[in-house]
Amino acid sequence: MHVLFKPGFFSNVPVRHALVLGAIVALVSGVVGVMTVVRSQSFAGHALTDVATTGGAGAAYVGVSPLAGFLGGAVAGAGAMEFIGVQRARQRDIATGIVLGAATGLSALFLYLNATSSATTGVTQQVLFGSIFTVDSSTITVTALTGVIVLLVLAVVWRPLLLASLSAEMAAALGTRVRLVGAAFIVSMAVAVGLSSIAVGSILSTALLIGPAATALRLTRSLRAAIVTSCALGVVATWAGILCAYDSYDWDPSSHGLPVSSFIVGIVVLLYGISGLPGLRRRAHARNRDVLRTHDAHHAMPGSA
Amino acid sequence: MTTTPANSTRAPVLEFDDVSLAFGSRRILDHVSFEIRAGEFTGLIGSNGVGKTTLLKVILGTQRIQSGDIRINGTKRTARLRSVGYVPQKVSIDADVPIRSRDFVALGLDAHRFGLRRRTTEDRRRVDELLEAVDATSFADARLGDLSGGEQQRVLIAHALVSEPSLLLLDEPLANLDPRSVQEIVALLHNIAATRDVAVFLSAHEMNALLPVMDRIVYLTGGRAASGTTDEVVRSDVLSALYGHHVDVLQLHGRVLVVAEPGTTTDHLPSHETLKVD
Repeated sequence: MHVLFKPGFFSNVPVRHALVLGAIVALVSGVVGVMTVVRSQSFAGHALTDVATTGGAGAAYVGVSPLAGFLGGAVAGAGAMEFIGVQRARQRDIATGIVLGAATGLSALFLYLNATSSATTGVTQQVLFGSIFTVDSSTITVTALTGVIVLLVLAVVWRPLLLASLSAEMAAALGTRVRLVGAAFIVSMAVAVGLSSIAVGSILSTALLIGPAATALRLTRSLRAAIVTSCALGVVATWAGILCAYDSYDWDPSSHGLPVSSFIVGIVVLLYGISGLPGLRRRAHARNRDVLRTHDAHHAMPGSA
Repeated sequence: MTTTPANSTRAPVLEFDDVSLAFGSRRILDHVSFEIRAGEFTGLIGSNGVGKTTLLKVILGTQRIQSGDIRINGTKRTARLRSVGYVPQKVSIDADVPIRSRDFVALGLDAHRFGLRRRTTEDRRRVDELLEAVDATSFADARLGDLSGGEQQRVLIAHALVSEPSLLLLDEPLANLDPRSVQEIVALLHNIAATRDVAVFLSAHEMNALLPVMDRIVYLTGGRAASGTTDEVVRSDVLSALYGHHVDVLQLHGRVLVVAEPGTTTDHLPSHETLKVD
């Protein structure tokens, strides 16, 4: 066991904080990510990470908490994208691109100002690659509460949102306010990205949002299973990444350790690659018969004489 | 082929009363009136671009009209009317989305409501019953994106019917289907209209596949509509008056051909059943 878990891993306070924070952001990203992939809004998700970067860098410059900066930036970006993209759905990509470009330009400015005006080093590192080992417990509390709010909002809009994602026309025919649930979702996505930014960094939060979800969608046949799988994969990747980073103090000759975000994202990408193996996907796409038989055994479908 | 429906004395499910709608100078509906009754299969026939989809959106309330009245089950239609089921022309479900046929049908029960109300045994029984009714039980647990066009169409119909609407609208459900699936879907919809007491209103640019089952027809061209039984509408004098120039209606081997005189443009005639005689 000691080979894997180096002495002190579980008694180390920063490690315990990191495990809790990592689990929270992985769960929120896991749920939001599934809907992001179903709605094909990965590009919007990526753009939100760029505005989160702007928010985080700006917050560091003016001396506000980075989490507030990430969340404020991402939510403002979501608002801007929704506002520009409102005219027609086809312009959604263009709206996203414009917001992304503007945000990246501003990030460069803020990071430059930080580097030249402040004596504190590592701001750029912290904004871009996160600070999972250095967050205080009050930030963790705020992250947990915000995450719960996001999940509650998603639970409220989930079914109308899902149908609107599959067929906006059928949703509208049922009386769903397609635009409203879409806006609620993009704000939820922005908050999820903001929360991940504090852990794995703003530019890597897309990986945590999209990676586990895309992996789960490949392997499952129902959305409920996809959400559970996505959350589980996210937590596994985050915790394994934290463990690797902790252990890496012993691997690195200079004993600085390696960045945790790289491990987390590396594991996420590895899992996605494994899920592409044909044998794993076959069950998810099995058409009937064998699937039906197991279903029948579980539910003894009424009405199917 | 067509018989006069026995239940024509019943109250109409849908009434169009002098409905008009224009986009700029282009008249889509010009004082259009017709009725649709429960248990009947009605075809909305017209060439591509004539405004069939717009007419269906008017019924759904997602497209406003400029004048006239629309009544559903005798009352003026209001927004969010749940007595209408709708299958749009184009639904593209990605194969990567893990949504099973039964999940999609269940969304017809509760996707208009906020929250994650737990689905009851009764809900599941209704979903199973609808899957059975459209003959989709064998792929009820397969991903929707893995199904063929005809199979997906069945699931969409089950979704639209699960809330027990009195009117089922389908926008070109037969386009992009192979001939065998066309026959199967037509037979299925005919059966649904007859056994579930639903008014089926289906748009198509080709009427021949529907001739054996159509109780009524609404023939739309140039903003004007003729309606009645197929025998009443698909006649030379009626369609000539509708088009504003002479057309012949030919019956050949159980198929109908609408033929324009030499020299007239046939662009606005329904495709596949027109002959240009030059």
